[in-house]
Amino acid sequence: MITTPSPTAAGPTTGLRQNLLFLYLANSSLSSAVVAWSNYDGTTTDPPEMDDPEPPYTSALAAMRDGWRVLQVSPLTAPPTGREFDLDYLKFEVILEKLEEVSV
Amino acid sequence: MKPTLTPAADTNAEHEAMRQLPMTQRSLGKEHLLNSLQMADFVSDGFLRFDELIPKDLCEQLMEELNAGLYGPYETEGAQWDEVWPEPLAAGKIFRLPAVRGIIESLVGPHPRYDHHCPHMRKGPDNGHQGLHQDAEIDPRSSGFDIQISLFPHDIGPDMGGTLFVPGSHFRKVHVSTIGRYQNVLGQVQTVCKAGTIVFWHTDLWHAGRANRTDSKRYMFKLRLNPMVRQLKLWNTDDLADPETMKQVVPILRRSQPWMGVENRIELMNRVKLWREITGDPTFDLNMYWTRTGNTPQQGYVPLPD
Repeated sequence: MITTPSPTAAGPTTGLRQNLLFLYLANSSLSSAVVAWSNYDGTTTDPPEMDDPEPPYTSALAAMRDGWRVLQVSPLTAPPTGREFDLDYLKFEVILEKLEEVSV
Repeated sequence: MKPTLTPAADTNAEHEAMRQLPMTQRSLGKEHLLNSLQMADFVSDGFLRFDELIPKDLCEQLMEELNAGLYGPYETEGAQWDEVWPEPLAAGKIFRLPAVRGIIESLVGPHPRYDHHCPHMRKGPDNGHQGLHQDAEIDPRSSGFDIQISLFPHDIGPDMGGTLFVPGSHFRKVHVSTIGRYQNVLGQVQTVCKAGTIVFWHTDLWHAGRANRTDSKRYMFKLRLNPMVRQLKLWNTDDLADPETMKQVVPILRRSQPWMGVENRIELMNRVKLWREITGDPTFDLNMYWTRTGNTPQQGYVPLPD
């Protein structure tokens, strides 16, 4: 029988951990300006800093040049007919990753 | 005659009865209403902020009453707003101030419907940021809007995590915290203000409370109201026919937000739609956006004879 292991206390122990950076761009070009951003850092238990008025990078390309690996880029999709001028989520999302070694 | 509503009533007949209210029932002088430039600001940014509008003594009374538990999170949903919180309750006094009523009536008209309220009290210090969200369910309306009112009854310093708003986000149709992934949006504005500051906002505006890093308790009193009349020229429109006013309205409606990127034009088109609706002017446009996209001539072409 497969059992789900009991969760251990959250926090870094040892090994590789993901640090994810979400960048939202002004258009589909990876060199376009960052207009929104999030950082979900699996290497620390510290809460994310959310009060920085400036993005960590000017573009996704700038982040790549700093060692971030691109995991996913939003596909380009046409709006459904009749909804051409509706707005919802931020359109141009790039998810980037750094794998970092952690140790207690 | 003052109309009555059964609490939580939500029938078309009762809505229609409210819509038939004559505008003469407005009980306020025009001097208390918003002007067209302020309305343009609301259409553009999705909120209007008035610093230190509420007297300090009323703010103090409100906080005492909040501490005493006099305000649950909900009154009778659907009640007629005029009948909620009779004076001498502080909320009754505050929301009946002519300056406050004038703003409310300018946005949602006389005799709006009480939707709900919620006292937000957060004892610090904490590190927990609330995720970005839009209130309630997906708002499918293509015209019309509810308002929410956020009252800050004490000074809110930069470390107190006062409500953060994303200006211009009110045309985005999302669902509550489905946008919680977004931690920072360029141009977001966190409320830092003096006691008595009050913000009137389009209920679809993206917002979040931030961490209160102080030892103090943070108070914010939020109220949502529904319009019961068509939101058409409800403010003081005396200036609307003045060409000088429109010269100022246009750049306000064109004012971009840094997070909009390539979708800026579509944002502006949505502003045009709302401006058309609240002014009753279907010809208003910016940069010919709607004029161009709606151009499908039906006139036949008859070539000249050889």
